[in-house]
Amino acid sequence: MHELGVTESMLDVVLRHAARNRATGVTRINLVLGDSSTVMEESVRFYFDIIGKDTIAQGAELNFRRVPLKAKCPECGEEFQVVEYDFTCPGCRGTKTEIISGREFQVESIEIS
Amino acid sequence: MEIEVLEGVFDANEMIAGENRRLLDEAGVYMINLMASPGAGKTSVIMRTLEGIQGHLSGAVIEGDVAGKVDSEQIAATGVPAVQINTGGSCHLEARQVNGALKRLDLEETDLVIVENVGNLVCPAEFKLGEDLKVMILSVAEGHDKPLKYPLMFSESDVLIVNKTDLIPHTDFDMVALEKTVLKMNPGVVVFKVSCRTGEGLQEWNSFLVKKVRDAKQAAACS
Repeated sequence: MHELGVTESMLDVVLRHAARNRATGVTRINLVLGDSSTVMEESVRFYFDIIGKDTIAQGAELNFRRVPLKAKCPECGEEFQVVEYDFTCPGCRGTKTEIISGREFQVESIEIS
Repeated sequence: MEIEVLEGVFDANEMIAGENRRLLDEAGVYMINLMASPGAGKTSVIMRTLEGIQGHLSGAVIEGDVAGKVDSEQIAATGVPAVQINTGGSCHLEARQVNGALKRLDLEETDLVIVENVGNLVCPAEFKLGEDLKVMILSVAEGHDKPLKYPLMFSESDVLIVNKTDLIPHTDFDMVALEKTVLKMNPGVVVFKVSCRTGEGLQEWNSFLVKKVRDAKQAAACS
């Protein structure tokens, strides 16, 4: 629902780093998107086509690397993939587990010309 | 040429959330981010909470709505400072908007700021505001099956208030099933069952909140 704003923030990050590196064009944007993020890939692509126009990132390929939702149990050290949002540790049934990945939406790298 | 960026898209928001945190800490103010669907009873819970904390804490409210100022006027009519944010179509509040609203409040005279987020179970969960506590409301009429449909909100909240419990006899709402699902998703969540209409359960919530605010003040004074 909020992908326009999120896509604008993403484009800001990309253009800032591109300018810093004196790029004349951005050909590819490598993004990391956690499975538990509410951001939708299709919507980001849709808005990027519109707001990326007339910027040096126009036409850049968006490459999404999905990251599964994972948690770690501080009690037994088990790292596990969270299925259906059940955060109970499969090793010791502990409930104080902490998220280690799956929430992120990050610009990992950009390819510039 | 590939350039490493490694920058989160929400980093800018989180930086401003950090600024909000500093503003609040300097003035010794506790802030809660109250999230729920439209109609779950956010404003009613706020009104009841303000009544409940009267004499213990001085409260202020930041109201986030897509449009209008119905809620902030209702709160301001009780004499509690209220600031309205209109997001103009956006489905959630961001730290930047809350920052502007905090600067319009007299924080030195405030113990507790309640931020009423835009009615939505999806997007508000994604944006940190600099709050101490994330509180969500689920009302009975929405059904007990919502946690698995809106998992991020239910797994991110520190407190779940189940509102409109007076309606339970008229519905198929299954409180046991709700608690079982939510506790698997979020074992640390504290659940309160309330009815703003009858007043049931509100005292427990208000006492919990007053204690949280006092404990935070005490911890800040000791550090």
